[in-house]
Amino acid sequence: MIGKASPPAANPLRRTLRAIRDLASRLPQRHQSLTVIVGMAFVTAILPLVVLAPPLNGFGRQNDWLDGFANAGVFVLLAMGLNVVVGLAGLLDLGYAAFFAIGAYTYAYGASPFSGLDVPFWPMLLVGAAVAMVFGLLLGAPTLRLRGDYLAIVTLGFGEIVPVVFLNADTYTRGTNGISGVYQPVLPIVGNFGFGNPMPYYLTMAAIIAVAMILLYRLQDSRLGRAWMAIREDELAAASMGINTVTTKLLAFAIGASTSGLGGVFYASKLSVVSPDQFGFVISFTVLAMVVLGGMGNIWGVAVGAFVIYELQSQGLKQLNSFFGGLGLPPFHLGPLTVDLTSINFLEYQFLLYGLALVGMMLLRPEGLFPSRRRRAELRDEADAGAANEELVQA
Amino acid sequence: MSGASTPARPLVLRTIGLTKQFGGLVAVRDVDFEIPEGAIVSLIGPNGAGKTTMFNVIAGLSDPTSGLVEFLGQRMIARPERSWLEPVVWVVPAVVVWALSYAAWLAGLPLVLGQLLVLVGLGVLIATLITAVVRPPWYGLLLVRFGIFKSARPNEMVLAGIGRTFQNIRLFANMTALENVLVGMHGQLRANGLDAALRTARHNREEVQGRSEARRWLAYVGLRGREDELARNLPYGDQRRLEIARALASRPRLLLLDEPTAGMNPSETSTMTALFGKIRSELNLTILLIEHDMRVVMGVSDRVTVLDHGEKIAEGSPDEVRRDPRVIEAYLGKGSVA
Amino acid sequence: MDFGLLLQQTINALTIGAIYALIALGYTMVYGIIELINFAHGDVFMTGSFVTMWLLTTLGFQGTIKDPLTLAGVLALAFLVAMTVMGAVGVIIERFAYRPLRNAPRLAPLITAIGVSFILQNIVQSIWGPSPVSVPQIIDVQASFRVGGTPIRFLSIFIIVLAIALMVALQLFVGRTRLGRAMRSTAIDREAAQLMGVDINTTIALTFFIGSALAGAAGVVQGLYLGNTVFTAGFQAGLKAFTAAVLGGIGNTTGAALGGFVIGFIEVGSTYLGYTRWSEAVVFTILILVLVFRPTGLLGQQLAERA
Repeated sequence: MIGKASPPAANPLRRTLRAIRDLASRLPQRHQSLTVIVGMAFVTAILPLVVLAPPLNGFGRQNDWLDGFANAGVFVLLAMGLNVVVGLAGLLDLGYAAFFAIGAYTYAYGASPFSGLDVPFWPMLLVGAAVAMVFGLLLGAPTLRLRGDYLAIVTLGFGEIVPVVFLNADTYTRGTNGISGVYQPVLPIVGNFGFGNPMPYYLTMAAIIAVAMILLYRLQDSRLGRAWMAIREDELAAASMGINTVTTKLLAFAIGASTSGLGGVFYASKLSVVSPDQFGFVISFTVLAMVVLGGMGNIWGVAVGAFVIYELQSQGLKQLNSFFGGLGLPPFHLGPLTVDLTSINFLEYQFLLYGLALVGMMLLRPEGLFPSRRRRAELRDEADAGAANEELVQA
Repeated sequence: MSGASTPARPLVLRTIGLTKQFGGLVAVRDVDFEIPEGAIVSLIGPNGAGKTTMFNVIAGLSDPTSGLVEFLGQRMIARPERSWLEPVVWVVPAVVVWALSYAAWLAGLPLVLGQLLVLVGLGVLIATLITAVVRPPWYGLLLVRFGIFKSARPNEMVLAGIGRTFQNIRLFANMTALENVLVGMHGQLRANGLDAALRTARHNREEVQGRSEARRWLAYVGLRGREDELARNLPYGDQRRLEIARALASRPRLLLLDEPTAGMNPSETSTMTALFGKIRSELNLTILLIEHDMRVVMGVSDRVTVLDHGEKIAEGSPDEVRRDPRVIEAYLGKGSVA
Repeated sequence: MDFGLLLQQTINALTIGAIYALIALGYTMVYGIIELINFAHGDVFMTGSFVTMWLLTTLGFQGTIKDPLTLAGVLALAFLVAMTVMGAVGVIIERFAYRPLRNAPRLAPLITAIGVSFILQNIVQSIWGPSPVSVPQIIDVQASFRVGGTPIRFLSIFIIVLAIALMVALQLFVGRTRLGRAMRSTAIDREAAQLMGVDINTTIALTFFIGSALAGAAGVVQGLYLGNTVFTAGFQAGLKAFTAAVLGGIGNTTGAALGGFVIGFIEVGSTYLGYTRWSEAVVFTILILVLVFRPTGLLGQQLAERA
């Protein structure tokens, strides 16, 4: 697609449109970091206003929305980190929530009455990321030498064990109750971080996402990013090009883990409590679904995908429940099935939906809902090739 | 057997007594094989003769059961990885024994015991040093186990100067032609993740220079103007060329080509063959070729080595090999030698 | 520890191990033939236990069946139904979730496998609810005979004998029959097998059928042994059974059986020593250690490391 000569523009209007489109597609390549900053600033500014408008204002107060957005931001961050592992390097990490948990507990140890320590939030962001990274390296170093699918099962096991350890080592973690009263951050300019005032969290999260996005874009367009993609495409060929596949994969794994740990620190500071049940397999699964639906390997697609899915699951399904509950529809019959929309709890079905979505996406639209230009080109070329083959057969 | 055509040029690659076994099957048996600098050497043989196995051992994809691969005079198999650790291995056993003697003294055991242990430690030290000099096979295995020695992996072979292509094309299908070549330059570039994240001068300089060099490699193999096409969308012949460009980008001293004209029509084959000659003369590269097409082999090679059932049965100039009765027998079956 | 206790614990370990071994066989067979970790396999096992529960309650059984003839009939029916249904489910999963992706990048079928796992869990959850459901224990749990004063439950002996019988049958099938040969040749080299006239699709479907049927049998056994089941049961059992498969040497059916019994001993041992809560962590640590130090497992041949 890319290499083919574009047909001459038919009229001035189309030419102008084409020029604008070219500019819009070139700009992010030339000034990527600036584009990210401007884009994030725009989104961050507009979201608090959008929720004041109907119909969204009917679903909650502005503060509730911002609180939700800050939580969504955590998942955006997680999805962007997992995207490095799954989307760029092609490794399946099914225990991603474990690093999230490690980051969260690290903060809880660093700043809570339980440990008696009070390390400020800002350095703890880096500490949490670093601790998670160390665990990522410890787990990845032995397993990344093996075939890719072993990593999937080992991370699955790790994701299962970490909450179990936090649950059972109750002397050090207070077991199922978790560690509560975790201190919330303090920052003079942004304001008071607290339950009643989600705006500082919201702004902080937006800033973290912007920084993470810039860094990840830079990594993707570099020697390292190309090495990740080469490993994803053909590991043996990548090794035969001089790439040390083990350390390169390990780096992707560690970056993913540290992003997750950073998200964990933020999450712990926001909820002010950590407990083992917050970090089950469903978190890993949800983040994976976000990455797959957003489009593996596409940073902004994954970020948007994560945001949309989080809002859908926290707001959409709830609204669907109350919508059908409010309608008071009588149950109707579909053959032998009786469907009572008012009694269906759509929240219960969210993981069924994720499961169906994962399978469906892999089968029908593996490039995700928001494919990167390259992935779309692949898809389109395949269709073209199919058409060309048919022509040949007919000729 | 051996042709007298060996020029007095230094060797790029040499295998000595190379043997590779898969379970009970001996795929390659005791092969001595040499590639002089600047030559195009072909490895031929009937199917299952062990050509690909040889190739994989040379490219670092699999370890030989026994034997050596020397590249530019250096052993490539079981080469030291963290050699500074080896002396640690020499002293550790003795230190352990001496620690025991100290412990015995602390525990209030008879002084004689401690003194005896000191002497034993000295003996252990001497024994390990002798072992290290004699280097029995198990000692090497021990070092490999501790990660002090390790076999060269494919990526290290590339860094040492061996580039390769694959029999069934293995491009990075969803990356552009330019990106494929840039991956080939991986070992030439130095910018790490931190450089990329901070966009340091090194990163920026390498990206600009790397891209222009990658373009030159693409132009060199005849793919000018195809830079931004995805590798999977290139026609078959161009994919073969791209593989060669990618291998050349790693600036190898030795280029391994695994059936590079497989599946090509005669005209494509002849342009490809011309490319080999050009690469050799212009880039001063040595080429090892595995090939089925006898016209290619006979047309381009300086030396031909014939394998059959894992053993080297002939070696020499194309003409010598062509006339060798054992080669004819291997290809056409027993009893066909007139 | 006296002899009686040792004997009892050994029987317990063998019983639990038999369940893991039956599940592990499915993992190892599927991995052997298409090199896919079938994450949904544990949930096939779980669904099997629910099918058993549904069948027995629908037939109106509440508890122990005293009449030996009826008991034998009902047991046979339960195994037949659970194994057939789960085998069919396995074939359907393969047909719709894995077959279309056979030539896709490795990541794609792994992701669908996780998706299928969640679909199965949630279907079961939406039908039977999220809390544990009791399964009629039609074999008397208390019935036992004594060996030197130590009570040995008939149920345990039944489970162990049944599992071993199924494993032997599987070995005979794979080793002696034409279809078994097709399976082995497909596992070694799919393309070559195809050239020799083996129908690849049928062979892979058959592998899924057998593996899933064995998981279904394990589901029945689990229901009879524990007397209850829950929709998340497949996850942990699956992880342990996979560890068993890796421990034995993935792709090796004898190894999977052996690995299952070893995991059974480890679990019973850690329970006996008072570390029940840590048994998962122990099993997982074993998985990592095996992968690091002996990735080919106890009985595995040297696998071609295709990077």
